[in-house]
Amino acid sequence: MLLAAVGTLGSALGVAGGLRAQQEEEPLSGKGANGSLRDPTVLGRPLDPTHPLDDSEAIKRIEQRLHCTCGCNLDVYTCRTTDFSCTYSPELHREVLALHGDGKSAQQILDAFVIRYGEKVLMAPEPGGFNLLGYLLPGVAITLGAATLAFVIGRRERRRSLALVTAAVPGGGTTGPTPLQGTPEELERLRRALDEVDD
Amino acid sequence: MTLLGEFSLWAAALVGLWCAGISFSGRWRDRRELALSVTRSTHALLVCLLAASLALWQGLVSHDFNIEYVAAYTSRNLPPYYIVSAFWAGQKGSLLFWAVVLALFGSLAQTLTPRRYADLLPHVAGVTSAVVVFFVGVMLLSANPFERLAFTPPDGRGLNPQLQNVGMVIHPPMLYLGYISITVPFAFAVAALLSRKLDTGWIHAIRKWTLVSWLFLSIGITLGMWWAYVELGWGGYWAWDPVENASLLPWLTMTAFLHSVMIQEKRGMLKRWNLGLIVGTFMLSIFGTFITRSGVISSVHSFTQSNVGYFFLAFLVIAGIFGFTLLYTRWPLLEPEAQLDSVVSREAAFLFNNLLFVGIAFSVLWGTLFPILSELVRGTKITVGPPFFNRVNVPLGLLLLGLTGVGPLIAWRKASSENLKRQFRWPTAAGLVTLGGLLAAGMRDLYPLMAISLGGFVAGTVVQEFYRGVRARMRMHAESAPVALARLVGRNRRRYGGYIVHIGMLIYFVAFAGMAFKREQEATLKPGQSVVMRSPFGHTYTFTHLGISQYEALNRIVSAATVEVTKDGKPDGLITSEKRQHIDSFKRPTFEPSTEVGIRSGLQEDVYVVFAGAVNGTEEAVYRFNLNPLVWWVWYGGFVLVFGGLLTMWPGGGPVVHGPRGAPAGYRAELVGK
Repeated sequence: MLLAAVGTLGSALGVAGGLRAQQEEEPLSGKGANGSLRDPTVLGRPLDPTHPLDDSEAIKRIEQRLHCTCGCNLDVYTCRTTDFSCTYSPELHREVLALHGDGKSAQQILDAFVIRYGEKVLMAPEPGGFNLLGYLLPGVAITLGAATLAFVIGRRERRRSLALVTAAVPGGGTTGPTPLQGTPEELERLRRALDEVDD
Repeated sequence: MTLLGEFSLWAAALVGLWCAGISFSGRWRDRRELALSVTRSTHALLVCLLAASLALWQGLVSHDFNIEYVAAYTSRNLPPYYIVSAFWAGQKGSLLFWAVVLALFGSLAQTLTPRRYADLLPHVAGVTSAVVVFFVGVMLLSANPFERLAFTPPDGRGLNPQLQNVGMVIHPPMLYLGYISITVPFAFAVAALLSRKLDTGWIHAIRKWTLVSWLFLSIGITLGMWWAYVELGWGGYWAWDPVENASLLPWLTMTAFLHSVMIQEKRGMLKRWNLGLIVGTFMLSIFGTFITRSGVISSVHSFTQSNVGYFFLAFLVIAGIFGFTLLYTRWPLLEPEAQLDSVVSREAAFLFNNLLFVGIAFSVLWGTLFPILSELVRGTKITVGPPFFNRVNVPLGLLLLGLTGVGPLIAWRKASSENLKRQFRWPTAAGLVTLGGLLAAGMRDLYPLMAISLGGFVAGTVVQEFYRGVRARMRMHAESAPVALARLVGRNRRRYGGYIVHIGMLIYFVAFAGMAFKREQEATLKPGQSVVMRSPFGHTYTFTHLGISQYEALNRIVSAATVEVTKDGKPDGLITSEKRQHIDSFKRPTFEPSTEVGIRSGLQEDVYVVFAGAVNGTEEAVYRFNLNPLVWWVWYGGFVLVFGGLLTMWPGGGPVVHGPRGAPAGYRAELVGK
């Protein structure tokens, strides 16, 4: 009954209220010694205290390049610090720590994982061989596209300029637009007016 | 009610088939009553699908757990607003949602389209109905939302805890609305191709629809990022997941279209390209649906694997062949009415901008599909995750950001060197001053430096455009600055709304750059113990663990861990993160425990607290603390972007239509004045 009352009170008062109610019920809570939880099972898998190396930038960088094998699509670091129900990523983390403890470099650790789990364990394929196609094709395609566009437009522009020059020469044989006549101020006003129309 | 639902689906299939059949047969051309029948069928289709939707909602609200879908996605103690959202939470319901919304859009297209485009409407009705029939067919053949169980369970399984978030009530419908509304521009494009009415009429008819679609996609993507950030607990908002990528693809090509269509309107160019973009965007929207539902690519967002993927694959292939073959057969009718005059022109800038948008879309699609290609070619499974996408797309994104600032500065047709100098002077100075400031502040990371400096350049461009426009109005009409600004924007909504969208984009980029500096720390704390972190902005945070409380609320048992926060030595309140064990009405656990993040949002940085769990059933808690810079600005950027988009599409204030093609290839300007 008391527990139910605490629960109801907690619900009614929200988080802080729930906290106060819990503290009243269990005097050890929040006093330095560890108060035990009423129902630890609802928190999922019990956790171990964090290891000092869990926060290591070097370990984090390695794990961010490794794919968790639980099927979550996350890297090992993100999975172990996000999906707390996953049992794969903590295991993979321990493997990384063990290899790191053996004095292996980051690349050696990654290589060891590739040998054990296959290339799929890397979050991105190594840029070499066939994988280079994956990395380079978009950039190459865009560069080629831009170069082609610039070339085609440039060529048309040159041809048009040539046609205008030919038309400007007396007896040039072709007729083209008459060059604009006017003072610089007039031309500037025209340009502004055209800008206004264009936009 | 399931009988009504099922009957309505069959009726919808028949009505849709009638509409599409008559439309594509072309018989309506000689018989007015058939043309009327085709357009009216779209309304009948909507009525049928509304009836089916009401039947499903009735099942959801009345807890009819004999319906398999209701039992799978709801429970008696599920809060009412999540019962509403359970409609689209699962595969079958979301197919019905898609079909009913598309039927609504199809009906609205018939009602709202100006009469001058009436010749296109029967074809439009045919295309939208054909797509609806496809979705209804998938439901009837493979994923019937009204399927009954052999027994009636006393309670349902409930909704996945990660979907029990307000973001998930709004985000999927927004994204669906974006995906679905793409069908209308596609239908107009097909109608124009079929009827050979390939002037710019169809472009004007779809302008609002493309903007609506783009807006919904933008809102859906931003809400998706917000949901991922507040709900998934990994401290970020974009993970290049295949389903996230699938939502980005049509957005990219649609954005390209919104730019390139201006060239068609003004100069009669890029007709083939624009049609190709619309057909491609529609296919990408179906591709996104295929990815989400087929299981061909693993994703955290995927629906349960089922055979509906085959239907979508077949539809994708058929739609692609149909659309592009039709485009190919009309190729000679799509000759441009003018040629590009210069590489240094706004038209060329738009072309390069289109190239980048489509290039980025290609690179995202390429990365998404590369694992399949690798397996086919090498027989080796690989993963293509964020490191790949960041490496390939970040430089392209920065280039695009640069072009956002360049485009508006270049004149149409051909820019003179004098014009370029005058236009680029201040924006370039703004970019350089930003760069100098960042370097002086000690920032040395290349990409963030480039993103924020280019942001300065783009802001300079937009401010200059507004300033010159306001100044011109003040001089010409003797208006005060606020009046001039209001009238400038009000009378050129498309242009200045577009600039506001650019501001939204630059805010996004700057906010994305901020995440390069995020700080993370894990800690195991007993009650009373603290951990100290220093933020990239130089603030010192102290987190003191107060304890863990447990209580029951709604449909879950909550374990709430609370930390007391001090910022630079001053009290900064409490932050609570929760573990939630969801239960059904018999108190039985329904899913694995989920995590609710505690977030304190600020203009500079977010304090992001994740309660990972407890040690040995005690109040000793394992936490992850994140200090995430500039995240608030991502959401603000989204608001600005949507505001700009709304301004652009607000009725009135649009460009004046000149003759049949909207604007002539040449111009008449009068030299008036002093």
